Amino acid sequence: MIKRDWLYICRLDDIPVSGARVVRIEGRPDIALFRTLDDRVFALHDRCPHRGGPLSQGIVHGARVTCPLHAWVINLDSGRAVEPDVGAATCFRVRCENGEVFLHRADARGTTAVAERETCAVA
Amino acid sequence: MNAKAKQKLVLIGNGMAGVRTLEELLKLAPDLYEITVFGAEPHPNYNRILLSPVLAGEQTVEQIVLNDWDWYRDNGITLHTGKKIVKIDRVRRRVIAEDGTEAAYDRLLLATGSNPFMLPIPGKDLDGVLAYRDIADTHAMIGAAQKYKHAVVIGGGLLGLEAANGLRARGMDVTVVHVLDALMERQLDASAAALLKLSLEQRGLTFAMNKKTQELLSDEHGRVRAVRFADGEEIPAELVVMAIGIRPNTALAESAGLQCNRGILVSDTMQTYDPRVYAVGECAAHRGIAYGLVAPLFEQAKVCANHLAEFGIGIYSGSVTSTKLKVTGIDLFSAGDFNGGADTEEITLADPIGGVYKKLVIRDDKLIGACLYGDTTDGAWYFKLLREGRKIDDIRDTLMFGEANLGDAGHAGENRAVAMADDAEVCGCNGVCKGTIVKAIKNQGLFTVDAVRKHTKASSSCGSCTGLVEQILASTLGGDYSATPAKKPICACTSYSHEEVRAAIRENKLTSLMAAMAFMEWATPNGCATCRPALNYYLISTWPHAAKDDPQARFINERAHANIQKDGTYSVVPRMWGGITNASELRRIADVVDKYQIPTVKVTGGQRIDLLGVKKEDLQNVWRDLDMPSGHAYAKALRTVKTCVGSEWCRFGTQDSTRMGIELEKALWRMYAPHKVKLAVSGCPRNCAESGIKDVGVIGVDSGWEIYVAGNGGIKTDVAQFFCKLKTHEEVLEYAGAFLQLYREEGHYLERTVHYVGRVGLDYCKRRVLDDTEGRRALWARLQDALRDEADPWHEPQKAAVDLRQFAPIKAVLVEESA
Repeated sequence: MIKRDWLYICRLDDIPVSGARVVRIEGRPDIALFRTLDDRVFALHDRCPHRGGPLSQGIVHGARVTCPLHAWVINLDSGRAVEPDVGAATCFRVRCENGEVFLHRADARGTTAVAERETCAVA
Repeated sequence: MNAKAKQKLVLIGNGMAGVRTLEELLKLAPDLYEITVFGAEPHPNYNRILLSPVLAGEQTVEQIVLNDWDWYRDNGITLHTGKKIVKIDRVRRRVIAEDGTEAAYDRLLLATGSNPFMLPIPGKDLDGVLAYRDIADTHAMIGAAQKYKHAVVIGGGLLGLEAANGLRARGMDVTVVHVLDALMERQLDASAAALLKLSLEQRGLTFAMNKKTQELLSDEHGRVRAVRFADGEEIPAELVVMAIGIRPNTALAESAGLQCNRGILVSDTMQTYDPRVYAVGECAAHRGIAYGLVAPLFEQAKVCANHLAEFGIGIYSGSVTSTKLKVTGIDLFSAGDFNGGADTEEITLADPIGGVYKKLVIRDDKLIGACLYGDTTDGAWYFKLLREGRKIDDIRDTLMFGEANLGDAGHAGENRAVAMADDAEVCGCNGVCKGTIVKAIKNQGLFTVDAVRKHTKASSSCGSCTGLVEQILASTLGGDYSATPAKKPICACTSYSHEEVRAAIRENKLTSLMAAMAFMEWATPNGCATCRPALNYYLISTWPHAAKDDPQARFINERAHANIQKDGTYSVVPRMWGGITNASELRRIADVVDKYQIPTVKVTGGQRIDLLGVKKEDLQNVWRDLDMPSGHAYAKALRTVKTCVGSEWCRFGTQDSTRMGIELEKALWRMYAPHKVKLAVSGCPRNCAESGIKDVGVIGVDSGWEIYVAGNGGIKTDVAQFFCKLKTHEEVLEYAGAFLQLYREEGHYLERTVHYVGRVGLDYCKRRVLDDTEGRRALWARLQDALRDEADPWHEPQKAAVDLRQFAPIKAVLVEESA
């Protein structure tokens, strides 16, 4: 089950607490993999909806990240910008089990319909 | 929130203060309460301060609604409009409306506002006699203007004049009756009041000054027809508006046994004598003051919401307010003690023909009051100086001529918010025009610079247009705008200011982020992008060696030790001591550029070489191949020491400026600070290294070195101020180091030396560094101790706590399992 739908990425401890790592899959745009203070894991397309800044390089606070370029604040669970800014980064379903982090294969492949992953907070 | 039943919160008073409290509360704790609102008026919450533009026909009622019906519904709030609460049963914790509707509460919020004060004279109850307080009054006035000719406004204060102006705009003949001989005596001095009166007369208003109203006379239908004064004179009036003042509406609170004295008495947490009952807004008396302007009410709302959300960290400690009249085309502004007294000094500028009058009141070298008429361009700036209590002795000679006169790159000559065209650019960084800002203020109901910043991005980048945005806010909102109080929390995560946070870290020996946040009861688990870097800096600068530096609390540039660029690549600036380099370094740089295909190589303003467009994965290798120290061009730290060639080569040079510069740079590099720090050393007064616009500028003269501090060549050009004259290199190091350590220990995070010195005063810095020999040596020693084992992050990453994992992306492969 896990094997078929979920792609192993790394151990939870490979991601800094209140930080992020870049996940690179050949042929796909970079994904930012976030770890919050309370060890929740989220994944977003590594592009701010504003001017395309790399969200993986931002400061992670609560379940949000502040983009390093112009300080837009993005909700990690939905990819949506905090109001009044409008826009969203695509989010990816991610799960964490026994200290291992997995991305949903269909999401990683880019074949999921957007509606199917309205919320990506599976873990 | 599933296990526990929600508590019940009831709000009495559906106005600006009460609803703002709910908004703040919903932001902090959206699910804590089941909320019920009672309002006596049949409208949702609207912007009462914009009634004057509605009366004058400049806006409609729909345009001034702040929270429409949907807002209440979307937030699950039960709203009862047109229902006046007549009883509070504090024992059974219920409120009862006139029509018998009841609601139970766990917490009760009173925001009953104020009532207009009506003169107790014969005829006060006649038809056509109104107050000016709500939408109904405004409609009645608009209706009367269509049918009748003569209006009398009793009261020459802010509200009365706005009413008179609006009625005049609707075609009535308006007489303003005032009991004193000068208008707006609480906001203006006599000279400004005279100019105002003249200008209003030119617009067609008539004034009856020094007149006491004795009686309102009735026609045969019971409608007012004339006003009679105490001296027997009568003037015709089919509409009389009383605008002589407001009184906090405390009747309901008093009947419930809550202590009142010119307002419902509240503590610093906005609680009444019954801790379940809160009061905010015009009905509340805090430390003896009931505020009638909007900014203080919003401050109260914030504190109240904080307590309702059970955070318990907000404290309201009063507000300083300023005033502006909302009559289109008339500019006046006043703040503080503008009348002065025996112990004050005044600077005045009067041009009665041109219609300009300005008065500044000063006590002990501080601005304590301002009254401006005709040109209020600098109102916001004076108000800022006043709130900050900053010493103005150094700018006193140009104070009257305004902020623009101090030199301001980018905005010079266009500081007149009122005169600006709608398509004039306000914020050069984000391309925001005046029209966009005005529209956002009106349509979104914004009241603070912060809110404008969030919605429009104006002043959110370099911040140099903040004053201009403040002015636009003031001129759009008019009378009720006033800026936020002087004590500002670092961010929304805490109620503590920069200074309080520093003191807590110092006095309680807090050495980690988590400990500091826990100790100060941070409202968020790990802060935000504003407070976390600030706290981290305060920790490591207060407790060098003991405090743990947290890379995740640093902005990306200080985490990756390179400058992020707009495309996500980085720039690399190797350190060249004093700007001196050699063939070997230049060859290595050239080789690195070729090897890593670095697209752009540029010489910087600080005399270094910038390699732009380096991929993050290449950074470590680039550093290794360069084999030069980190230039810290990415950090809030010592950047560069710029030098001229000096006496070694220059035929004019009097001192060896390059050697001095290299010595300074070697002594101070790796020095983190509240903001970036730039130095320069020139070998003679020709000052080729531009020492006059540096945080510390050194200029060689025949007999030694002159030291200048707190210069800045950035957003706003500030010329460095002369600090002292020294003889030897060792002295230059000690004095410059001590000054910078003082700044490191006391500067607010992201405050440049120019602002730090502006805040504490140059005299203070001189006392600490020049007069106090032992103190200076101690400062210098503390700086050297802090830097003694500071690592070079490029070449000793482990020691510098650089998280190296960031330089390598995690590679994953998608194998199609069915294949």
